[in-house]
Amino acid sequence: MITNLLVANRGEIARRVFRTCRALGVATTAVHSDPDAGAPHVREADAAVRLPGAAPAETYLRGDLIVRAALDAGADAVHPGYGFLSEDAGFAQAVLDAGLVWVGPPPAAICAMGSKTAAKRLMAQAGVPVLDALAQPTEADLPLLVKAAAGGGGRGMRVVRSLAELPGEIEAAKAEAAKAFGSDEVFCERYLPTGRHVEVQLMADAHGTVWAVGDRDCSLQRRHQKVIEEAPAPGLPDAVRTALHGAAVAAARAIGYVGAGTAEFLLAEDGRFHFLEMNTRLQVEHPVTEAVTGLDLVALQLAVAEGEKLSAAPPPTNGCAIEARLYAEDPAHDHRPATGTLHRFELTVPHQEFDGRGLRLDSGVESGGTITPHYDAMLAKVIAWAPTRAAAARRLADAVARARLHGPTTNRELLVRALRHPAFLEGRLHTGFLAEHAADLTAPDDKGAARAALAAALADAAERRTPLPSGWRNLPSQPQVKRYRTSDGGESQVRYRLTRQGLQADGHPDTELVEHTPESVALRHGTIRRTYRVARYGTEVFVETSDGTTALTAVPRFADPTAQAEPGALLAPMPGTVSRVAAAVGDAVTAGQPLLFLEAMKMEHRVVAPADGTLVELLATPGRQVELGTLLAVVKPSQEV
Amino acid sequence: MTVLPTRVDPAAPDHAEHRAAMLDKLAALDAEHAKALAGGGPKYVERHRARGKLLPRERIELLIDEDSPFLELSPLAAWGSDYPVGAALVTGIGVVEGVECVITANDPTVRGGASNPWTLRKALRANEIALDNRLPLVNLVESGGADLPSQKEIFIPGGALFRDLTRLSAAGIPTVAVVFGNSTAGGAYVPGMSDHTVLVKERAKVFLGGPPLVKMATGEEADDESLGGAEMHARTSGLADHFAVDEADALRLARRIVARLDHRKPGPGPDASAEPPKYAEEELLGIVPGDLKVPFDPREVIARIVDGSDFDEFKPLYGPSLATGWARLHGYPVGILANAQGVLFSAESQKAAQFIQLANQRNTPLLFLHNTTGYMVGKDYEQGGIIKHGAMMINAVSNSTVPHLSVLMGASYGAGHYGMCGRAYEPRFLFAWPSAKSAVMGPQQLAGVLSIVARQSAAAKGRPYDEDADAAIRAMVEQQIEAESLPAFLSGRLYDDGVIDPRDTRTVLGLCLSAIHNAPVEGARGYGVFRM
Repeated sequence: MITNLLVANRGEIARRVFRTCRALGVATTAVHSDPDAGAPHVREADAAVRLPGAAPAETYLRGDLIVRAALDAGADAVHPGYGFLSEDAGFAQAVLDAGLVWVGPPPAAICAMGSKTAAKRLMAQAGVPVLDALAQPTEADLPLLVKAAAGGGGRGMRVVRSLAELPGEIEAAKAEAAKAFGSDEVFCERYLPTGRHVEVQLMADAHGTVWAVGDRDCSLQRRHQKVIEEAPAPGLPDAVRTALHGAAVAAARAIGYVGAGTAEFLLAEDGRFHFLEMNTRLQVEHPVTEAVTGLDLVALQLAVAEGEKLSAAPPPTNGCAIEARLYAEDPAHDHRPATGTLHRFELTVPHQEFDGRGLRLDSGVESGGTITPHYDAMLAKVIAWAPTRAAAARRLADAVARARLHGPTTNRELLVRALRHPAFLEGRLHTGFLAEHAADLTAPDDKGAARAALAAALADAAERRTPLPSGWRNLPSQPQVKRYRTSDGGESQVRYRLTRQGLQADGHPDTELVEHTPESVALRHGTIRRTYRVARYGTEVFVETSDGTTALTAVPRFADPTAQAEPGALLAPMPGTVSRVAAAVGDAVTAGQPLLFLEAMKMEHRVVAPADGTLVELLATPGRQVELGTLLAVVKPSQEV
Repeated sequence: MTVLPTRVDPAAPDHAEHRAAMLDKLAALDAEHAKALAGGGPKYVERHRARGKLLPRERIELLIDEDSPFLELSPLAAWGSDYPVGAALVTGIGVVEGVECVITANDPTVRGGASNPWTLRKALRANEIALDNRLPLVNLVESGGADLPSQKEIFIPGGALFRDLTRLSAAGIPTVAVVFGNSTAGGAYVPGMSDHTVLVKERAKVFLGGPPLVKMATGEEADDESLGGAEMHARTSGLADHFAVDEADALRLARRIVARLDHRKPGPGPDASAEPPKYAEEELLGIVPGDLKVPFDPREVIARIVDGSDFDEFKPLYGPSLATGWARLHGYPVGILANAQGVLFSAESQKAAQFIQLANQRNTPLLFLHNTTGYMVGKDYEQGGIIKHGAMMINAVSNSTVPHLSVLMGASYGAGHYGMCGRAYEPRFLFAWPSAKSAVMGPQQLAGVLSIVARQSAAAKGRPYDEDADAAIRAMVEQQIEAESLPAFLSGRLYDDGVIDPRDTRTVLGLCLSAIHNAPVEGARGYGVFRM
């Protein structure tokens, strides 16, 4: 019997596991890094143990500290969540060696699937179709995908479209893989740009029962990371579904699998599929399966870990569930991660149960929290269930659109547009979906932004209002001017006057001001009245309508003369860690030459010389943590030297 | 609550007629204001902008708080003179970092911002407002100095400008000079006499004598920057307290200076809970008849400017040709004196004298709403002591120390203008509606008086009287007096603080009352001898 479970993880998954513990009467123990000391998962646990430091390598990846924490806190079992140590056979073994229950598959099964190349061989032997690793790719094999054998989560994965690029990309993938996984083994396989990512949820007990608990489609990906997932995978012929489930069960049996796992397949348009890999842990997207089956997969994990038997067959699936992953990142800028204070995070969720017939929110954050650059930028998962796929998509899009989300840039708009996109609703899914429809999904809404800026200015005017008329002039010579930066880097200038006749705003000839308070502005555009909710946090402004939220930054009236950057100054394009430096002060540099590399969110970003010249200042050393906008280097263009 | 009733019917033909007449006058006023706003005209505005400089009103807009109201004063200064409307200077009351300030800004697009006699009058009036109401004074300076051809009218009285600055300072009223360009010769004393100075880099030029004058005087060769540049004054002479990198930075610094004044307003601000009038301000356009010979009830005006249209009348049955009573305006208590039938008789005069004394006992500001043809004349009235009674009213108004506000709605003729606190009686603020007229008497009356006197003179000398010539002279005089009694003309001579849209009256008076409460509001305890 498990009485006290330590979750070796953070964020939403730690809270998710705790919720099941609470339902089962199991005590909970959290671990946390220093930046997470105030995180919700820490507060919600019965006990929490500090892992000193911030970087994952110092904290959530320190198996030794976590085992020690479990023993100290009196936990008798360890759940790894996903990511971090969840697929680390050594850690699983260490947990078992300490006399604790490991809520996961046997270390040997983890090992068997740990190397993708080895796993492919094993699966081929078991009769599961695989895409062969190509020893000598030829022109006919293009395009190719270079993958890290030990990889996961998209890291070290590259698409190569010409053989000439291949050696370079292999080298780059090797470097990334070595850094991320401690192994530089990479391999090539054929890349199917229009293939679908379909996976089968497995649950196996120690008594020989293996369930294929339904399937999921996770084709909507960016940078090979899933963004929108759903269960069941739509539009699969019964024969294909049956074959997929059979292959997944065969894979599990081949390695003596116990616990929750997922077999991932690449499904071609012709219905043929190939085994990709097996994830020997709970998946991020497990809630969609829970929603259609009514199962609590974490409860089943614990039961199996306690040696319980599964019934002969899993329950049938019912209806459709879709999950959207809300990330603090900017889809308009290559999904670069965003950090900062999350002033407000509110999502109306009628049901919290795992079999929730409606909406479910699994979040790791709450209002007032801080999004740091140290960990994954996923804020929350929102899951909607409905009898039909279209209804689930509609419900989910609406919930995500209406979430009150005031803080760093997120992919919310992308999620909403994807969920409402005709191609998505018709089930035309493939792993290139987000890239193919990028224009539709990320096009800025200029009119919406202009109206949002007007609403922001009028809310500000209401805030400043005295009993005397706002901005009154007996000799009007010019409008009130307020400037806002939009999240796409543009600037929206609002020029308006409030006169006896009402609002007069440049560019809004048919807009009338109905009423305004510091929090809410009602405008009438022609005959249509719309209400804009306005929330302000210092210079950050969030304007909400039923169409979505516009984030604006109020531009101060006066520039601070001390804060003006020199020309040629290179500022950090995102928060991250300086991974390496490629030039020294005094070096002559050419435009485009990489000067240093910044690692952020699993990616290495190059910071290049803006012009030919001399590197006159370099403030970056490897390992330095930098915030967005930190001055990294100064290049003096050659004509000025 | 004593809510005033109304008889105004916006659909009535006479209302529509009055309104049409008022709208015509407002359109004409807008055209005159447009001249002031145009400054030196497109060519000079363009040239100024091409130098990367801001216009005076742009400077003011950046100086004052966002979305705050700004009451521009004397915009028609120099109207009807040889100088451009506005007199190359913008003045007004604005809010800087929450502090009400008097702000002046030279308009360098008008003849280089040079001061003409009207500029001087306008600047001195702004200084007076700052002193009387204890408002910090911010001067945004860029002026080529005195307009030399009119120096005879500027040089000697102009010394008051610098005297005022240091007197304000001595009275504890802060003065700030922000120098954007030329501020030379006498002009150098504007920053020189101010408590706080900001000079704009490579723009401000502050010296007693420029390079040519220095060369003439001593033979020394020197350039502008070394004689009076911002950098020199910031690093060497110490005249500049703050060195601004550009115009916006200078205004930012000026705002920081005001923020650090730690200014505390002794009186209250406008009351947010004050009820608006019960009747539409729009109807103010239809109350004053186009022909001022037709009387109108000033209570209809009061009902549209005071809080909740709530007015408690004092002695309504005595001296009914003058309405007096108590009200609040944006929360500020006021005593109101409003002409109801044009003429002031003995009873009205005595009632006014008593009412003014009551207001002084209670420290309540007074509002005078003018529509008077003056004190009554005639045998019965003279014998009844109209001079004594008018003198009592003028005595009371002269020695009253609570702040006075005057609004000329219609006629303001003769000694009635004095008794109702005309310009010479130093109301804190005086505004006119476009419908107002002010003169020693009505144009027809004045022409008629002249004609009678001439006729008598001819008769005395036994000469025949030329009736044709008389008619021509009467018409000419009438026309001249009519023109000289119109608001734009009087405003041009700084006889008011501006001509306002009647619909703005409540706002303008609210702004003035708020400004007034920066100084203590205290009534008089002594008067001149009242002749009983």
